[in-house]
Amino acid sequence: MALSTVLETPGAGFNFENATRNAALEGLFGGGQTPKPLKTGTTIAGVVFKDGVVLGADTRATSSEVVADKMCAKIHYISPNIYCCGAGTAADTEKTTDLLSSNLSIFSLNSGRNPRVVMAVNILQDMLYRYHGQIGANLILGGVDCTGNHLYTVGPYGDINKVPYLAMGSGDLAALGILEDGFKHNLELEEAKELVRASIHAGIMSDLGSGNNTDICVITKQGVDYIRPYQESEYKDKRNIKYRYRPGTTPVLTEKVVTLKLEVVQEAVQKMDTA
Amino acid sequence: MAAAASMMPIFGHQISSKNDLVPDWNREEVSTGTTIMAVEYDGGVVIGADSRTTTGAYIANRVTDKLTRIHDRIYCCRSGSAADTQAIAEVVSYQLGFHSVELDEPPLVETAANLFRASCYRYREELMAGILVAGWDRRKGGQVYCVPIGGMLVRQPVAVGGSGSTYVYGFMDSNYKPGLNKDQCLELTASALSLAMERDGSSGGVIRLASISEDGVERRVILGDQLPRFSTH
Repeated sequence: MALSTVLETPGAGFNFENATRNAALEGLFGGGQTPKPLKTGTTIAGVVFKDGVVLGADTRATSSEVVADKMCAKIHYISPNIYCCGAGTAADTEKTTDLLSSNLSIFSLNSGRNPRVVMAVNILQDMLYRYHGQIGANLILGGVDCTGNHLYTVGPYGDINKVPYLAMGSGDLAALGILEDGFKHNLELEEAKELVRASIHAGIMSDLGSGNNTDICVITKQGVDYIRPYQESEYKDKRNIKYRYRPGTTPVLTEKVVTLKLEVVQEAVQKMDTA
Repeated sequence: MAAAASMMPIFGHQISSKNDLVPDWNREEVSTGTTIMAVEYDGGVVIGADSRTTTGAYIANRVTDKLTRIHDRIYCCRSGSAADTQAIAEVVSYQLGFHSVELDEPPLVETAANLFRASCYRYREELMAGILVAGWDRRKGGQVYCVPIGGMLVRQPVAVGGSGSTYVYGFMDSNYKPGLNKDQCLELTASALSLAMERDGSSGGVIRLASISEDGVERRVILGDQLPRFSTH
């Protein structure tokens, strides 16, 4: 195995031995007894513009009907020139992107180069295809490398699409409406940022699974501008009650002290060899 | 585990929970529900495909390129599961490239077709892939091989595939004649694809065409508003 290639994913990684059993059990009990994984029910979008790529995402993570995280980070770092938005099962997108990022760091250190976007895409595709859709990760990869500005999407079954603009997640239809209407080739930076912001906003407004704030990540040859949050939710709650309690708020009713009886059984002194 | 083994879920259905917040199209597998076509002529082949990739009822990509390069003069048209066909095409590309370097000469189309067939037949239970392999080589000129779902291999002068193909068998049978030249083949392919795209919900977008001959590969796109029109109602 050549040094410059990426480490093989260890065999002890994801273990799907119970997947068939769970599927069978779900059928037997017939109705939501198995614990539901934390889904990011999301809106993510990406646009290729004149000087690079703009990625955008909302910040809501849901666990069924409850908002589990109001400021979840869905734009993940892959390498200095590549970022990835993830929709689907939160744990899967998090771990998959982490794994990819580690592997690409090793490649960078071995070869002294920034990885190419197509390399990240191929590694992801290999991995997701191998797991046949069991890893619920819908990813948008965007980055700038020596060959240009690229935007790809990788689905959970391992299919890739290379397009100039994209939206994924449960709010993708709303976001795509804005993108289809406003996208042009070779947009300027501010136009591209505004387009992505508007599309994520549409997703937030029209989809229950998306909400709260909007994050934007601009990747160009000069560097990365990760603006978090780019736009804050209009519906931020202002808490009037303070949740910090002074020491002494809870009264002490009784106090009981029990001394532990300890005796020295054995004492051993080991000198450290500092020669 | 005997009970669980007999209730083995089929790959490609239902990722996990039935969460209402995740709509249908996020849970279905991405299919290229397609129309693809390949025609031989004296001196090369013409291949064509539509450009629609669907996830259930949602069009995931409306500008897909289903004509995938396997080697300099060998292309394949993909239909079926997007992930499966992309994976197979990459594997075969690699195998054929390696084989070609070993031989130190351009590979034969028949070899490429056999490599596809080997993968599609061996993993026929797990895969859903219908592929047309077409290209030009020095030994037999332009050739079209059909590798449908299940892993059969047969050479045909003209072949169609994908969900939209059923609508154009009649058109193909009545309009194809041996001895057509390249332009006639291009016209035939464009017409057939246009008719299929008109009737099949899973096919649409633009028509991508390519002609492969000894001189190389010429690609072109027919945009939605320039499609050949047939219906008057």
